[in-house]
Amino acid sequence: MTPMPVMEGLLLAAALFVLGLLGVLVRRNILFMLMSLEIMLNAAGLAFVVAGARWGAPDGQAMFLIILAVAAAEVAVGLALALQLFRRTGTVDADAVAGLKG
Amino acid sequence: MRELLWLVPALPLTGFLALAAGAGRLPRPAVGVVGVGSVGLSLLTALAIAADFAGPAAEGAVFRQPLWQWLAVGDVAVRFGLALDALSLTMILVVTGVGFLVHLYSLGFLAGQEGLNRFFAYMNLFVAAMLILVLADGLLLLYVGWEGVGLCSFLLIGFRYRDPATVRAARKAFVVTRVGDAGLVIGLILLVVSLGTLDIAALTEAAGTRWAAGDALPVAAAALLLAGAVGKSAQLPLQVWLPDAMAGPTPVSALIHAATMVTAGVYLIARMHGLFALAPPVQTAVAVIGAVTLLLAATGALAQTDIKRILAYSTISQIGYMVMALGVGAYGAAIFHLTTHAWFKALLFLAAGVVIRRLGDEHDVRGMGGLYRHLPGAFVAFLVGAASLAALPLITAGGWSKELILTQVWAAGGGGPFLWLAGTLGAFLTALYIFRAVFLVFFGPERTVPGGATPATMLAPLAVLAVLAVVGGAFPVPAFLAGSLPVPATGRAAGWLFGAIAFGLPLLGIYVAYEIYLRRRTAAAGRREAPVPARLFGLWQRGWGFDALYTAVAVRPVGWFVRVNRGDAADALATGATAAGTAGHRWLSRTQTGRLRWYAGALAGGTALVLAVAVLA
Amino acid sequence: MILVALLLLLLLGGAGAWAAERAGPDWPGRVALAVLAAAAALVLALWIGADAAALPGRGGWIAEARAPWIAPLGISFHLAMDGLSLVMVALTVGLGIAAVLASRIDIHRRTGFFHFTVLWTLAGAVGVFLAMDLFLFFVFWEAMLVPMYFVIAVWGHERRVPAAIKFVVYTQGSGLLLLAATLALAAAHHDRTGIASFAYADLLATDLSPAAGLWIMLGFFAAFAVKLPVVPLHTWLPDAHTEAPTGGSVILAGILLKTGGYGLVRFVWPLFPDAAAAFAPVAMALGVAGILYGAVLAFAQTDVKRLVAYTSVAHLGFVLLGVFAGTAKALQGAVFQMVAHGLSTGALFIVAGLLQARLGTRDMGRMGGLWPAMPRLGALTLFFAVAALGLPGLGNFVGEFLVLWGTLERSIPFAAVAAMGLVTAVLYALALVQRTFHGEAPHGDAPAGPPPRDAGPGATVALAVMALAVAWLGLFPQTVLDAAAPALEALLQAADGTVTAAAGGPGR
Repeated sequence: MTPMPVMEGLLLAAALFVLGLLGVLVRRNILFMLMSLEIMLNAAGLAFVVAGARWGAPDGQAMFLIILAVAAAEVAVGLALALQLFRRTGTVDADAVAGLKG
Repeated sequence: MRELLWLVPALPLTGFLALAAGAGRLPRPAVGVVGVGSVGLSLLTALAIAADFAGPAAEGAVFRQPLWQWLAVGDVAVRFGLALDALSLTMILVVTGVGFLVHLYSLGFLAGQEGLNRFFAYMNLFVAAMLILVLADGLLLLYVGWEGVGLCSFLLIGFRYRDPATVRAARKAFVVTRVGDAGLVIGLILLVVSLGTLDIAALTEAAGTRWAAGDALPVAAAALLLAGAVGKSAQLPLQVWLPDAMAGPTPVSALIHAATMVTAGVYLIARMHGLFALAPPVQTAVAVIGAVTLLLAATGALAQTDIKRILAYSTISQIGYMVMALGVGAYGAAIFHLTTHAWFKALLFLAAGVVIRRLGDEHDVRGMGGLYRHLPGAFVAFLVGAASLAALPLITAGGWSKELILTQVWAAGGGGPFLWLAGTLGAFLTALYIFRAVFLVFFGPERTVPGGATPATMLAPLAVLAVLAVVGGAFPVPAFLAGSLPVPATGRAAGWLFGAIAFGLPLLGIYVAYEIYLRRRTAAAGRREAPVPARLFGLWQRGWGFDALYTAVAVRPVGWFVRVNRGDAADALATGATAAGTAGHRWLSRTQTGRLRWYAGALAGGTALVLAVAVLA
Repeated sequence: MILVALLLLLLLGGAGAWAAERAGPDWPGRVALAVLAAAAALVLALWIGADAAALPGRGGWIAEARAPWIAPLGISFHLAMDGLSLVMVALTVGLGIAAVLASRIDIHRRTGFFHFTVLWTLAGAVGVFLAMDLFLFFVFWEAMLVPMYFVIAVWGHERRVPAAIKFVVYTQGSGLLLLAATLALAAAHHDRTGIASFAYADLLATDLSPAAGLWIMLGFFAAFAVKLPVVPLHTWLPDAHTEAPTGGSVILAGILLKTGGYGLVRFVWPLFPDAAAAFAPVAMALGVAGILYGAVLAFAQTDVKRLVAYTSVAHLGFVLLGVFAGTAKALQGAVFQMVAHGLSTGALFIVAGLLQARLGTRDMGRMGGLWPAMPRLGALTLFFAVAALGLPGLGNFVGEFLVLWGTLERSIPFAAVAAMGLVTAVLYALALVQRTFHGEAPHGDAPAGPPPRDAGPGATVALAVMALAVAWLGLFPQTVLDAAAPALEALLQAADGTVTAAAGGPGR
């Protein structure tokens, strides 16, 4: 196999993670925040895979599978919460629900 | 008879307790009987004791009657007991004698007024406390009496407590004398710490053996005792309370603020002569204070328009004479003047009281005039008292005592002649101001016509005191007092000039008063009353500005502090803590925005921070 | 055993009083009085039985009770009474009777619970005075606090809850420091000797480094300073005293404040003689500051109860001064001052309570000229005001005189400034009498309704008895002085005598 470009891979993972984080912080729409969270999760997974390839261990791939499962569960719960949010307030603006303020 | 010594203070004390317990329940005549009777019985007891003990006392005998041990801590014990010698015998006769006459007078003075029970209760307590003061054989029992008379003075000045000015005057008297008393207490403690006893005889002896004249300790102790005396006797610089104390009823002014309480300071210094002999600087201070006070107060008396205030300033001035005499070691002369002053000053006050009552509570001399026709008794009494105060020689008791003081002051070492000059100038001013009062009140055009009549209970004491004020000079008081007080060494001789001055000055003063206040006044109604520039006169009238000084220096700062700090600055600890807590709460609450993105961002930021710390540190 | 009986009497009596409410609203008060009378009899028996002169310097108690409690930590249930605690317990029981009688003025609801809390507070105070095990002392110290909170918060006046909370926070905060200091002391003792013990006698001999000694002493001092109170930690006192009901104020001022003074005498000097000696100038300065500051602030008040509360600060400044002057006379004076102050200030609070009950207000601006309507109350107020300003012949003078005497042996400047307190005392005492009973009736007041009633026979008798006690203390102080003297001597000896030796006196 061609040598895995570890540095570039990790950089890509980091960039994806930061992009995802920015997305979570900047976007007000719950759905887009969830999507950004997905990107963050995938970035973490990418980092694991790259590391696994660097060390030649299968644990990286195993972690990625776990991350996929976790992401799925999280998306399910998150979408349910988003639905509840929409039903109760009629909007998907995350800033609209600041009831725990103070 | 002398074993009955304890009865002398106990009788008025019993009177007080009886009147206090029976307040409101005793009928008016009974109150009078108890109030006057207790002091009368005390007087009889004192006379009986005098008959028994006067001879031995004149030769220096001391009769001691221990009472009980008050407290003992460690190796020092303080005992209460009474001691009778020439000095205290003289004092109890003065206190019970003048006290009885004033009590009798009060029956008439307060006729028809409410509060008679309260009045006699306080007066009896006062007499008891004063007797304890002069009979005490230890400084602590003396101090008990000392504060007791201060308390009664406060209660009696404020007798008519509804008037706010009276309430203020009473408070002023107590506070000012307490300043002196604080010094007295420290002096007492200094003495007991250094000498191990408060018994006066033992103390004096120990001081004589342990200290040399001029040592720091006796000087400090004597100075502190002087502070107490200055407060109680209304001398410079604590004299400001006495003129305002005239807000009390006239019998109170006569007894407490003329004859007895204000002389307590004089008594203290005389009693502690042994200690003062070891402190020459303090003795000089005593003499100077006396001299300055007598002049200051004499000018003040000249400028007053309230008849009682004239007499109040006069009292301050006359006590200045006594204090000046004490300062040069003329103890016998000082106490002699104390006794004659008690007679003629009480006489003057009681006569003034008759005038005030008959004129319907008029105090201002400008509202009086020509009263010799309508109030002959009061006129004669006042005239006799004035003559004695002005020290007309030979024919008045005051003349004898003042002349003795002036002679012995002149003979004193050091600055004797200067003191004598002050005393002589003071004598002129005294004659001037008192006969000013005589002429303004009893001569000249009539302004207010008196009504009613003077009861016998008021006239009889006047008669007795008038007789005493004239013939009292014949009592061999100074010789008698040689039994317990040192006699000053003979110094400069006084030549024939002295006699001439002693004779001429009072007459000159009377003549000047006659000129200004009678002849010119009746002749030219619009003339300025004061023989001196108006601004000086105003300064004299305000007592040389001491009141204003103390108000600015003491009263206003305290008042300011009280206003500013009413909420108690120390509470800042608690309110500060509460405020800090609340502020902290408000600040930290801002981090709880309730917004999801904010929390997410905080999480991210915190994680980055922790990682950075973990990696870099 | 008699000491345990005393405590149990108060505790069970409190429960009994609470239960007695079922019989009627007056019964709890009667039960409480009976309990306190029995306690007084016990104390009297102890006093008569105590041959004070026969007590050896240390280790001779009038009564003692000891039982192990938490053995592994060295904590025992150890009560002991010597002359000092005898005087304090006598004061507690006497003022307890006065407080229960005074509570008839303004306690009308839930009387059972009230008398329960009062008796348990008194039990806590008695325990404080008798405890000889430091942990037990701390337990009783805290035990005094909780019932008192209820007294203020339930039956107090308008601003009772904030005042009660402030009281609790201050006392608890300082109590925390006390606990920390106690534990540190026990730990230091354990380090040095290997024995775990909280017993007073054992801890007396602990060898502490100067720095440790100072800090631990300050921990103790903080607790007692808040309680005494010491300026500037005193601000809980005006609020608590003013808002408490009359009986509560009497107990607060008369007894609880004295626990602070007792703690200083019993613990601070003997346990930490060097640290206390080093700290003495600061403490004496605080005492003098308290005397003057308390007096001036008392004079500034318009609320009659607040005025009396501040006078406590002023009077107890003398106690602090006396304790830290370190001489025998000053210490005797401090103890005597505590007794005399308890009586005279307790009486003044009763007077204030009567005034509030009769007039419906505590504001002196709305009083004035009350003497004609209330001559008996006026005369009694005058008596106690005069006692408060230190008139010789009455109790407070003896205490102040002895404190000044002892202080002058140690330091002339402190004594001289403290003597100025005699002048400032006059200001507030006269203000108290003149603003309420003298002067004219408030402006523009047509006599609205009937004039206020004078003090009734019960109140007059109670106040008269207290007046007689104050006069007796002033004229024959030797009874109390003799009772407390041996104990105080022992405490001074326990402080190694290094301090009394260091006190130079003038001319000696």
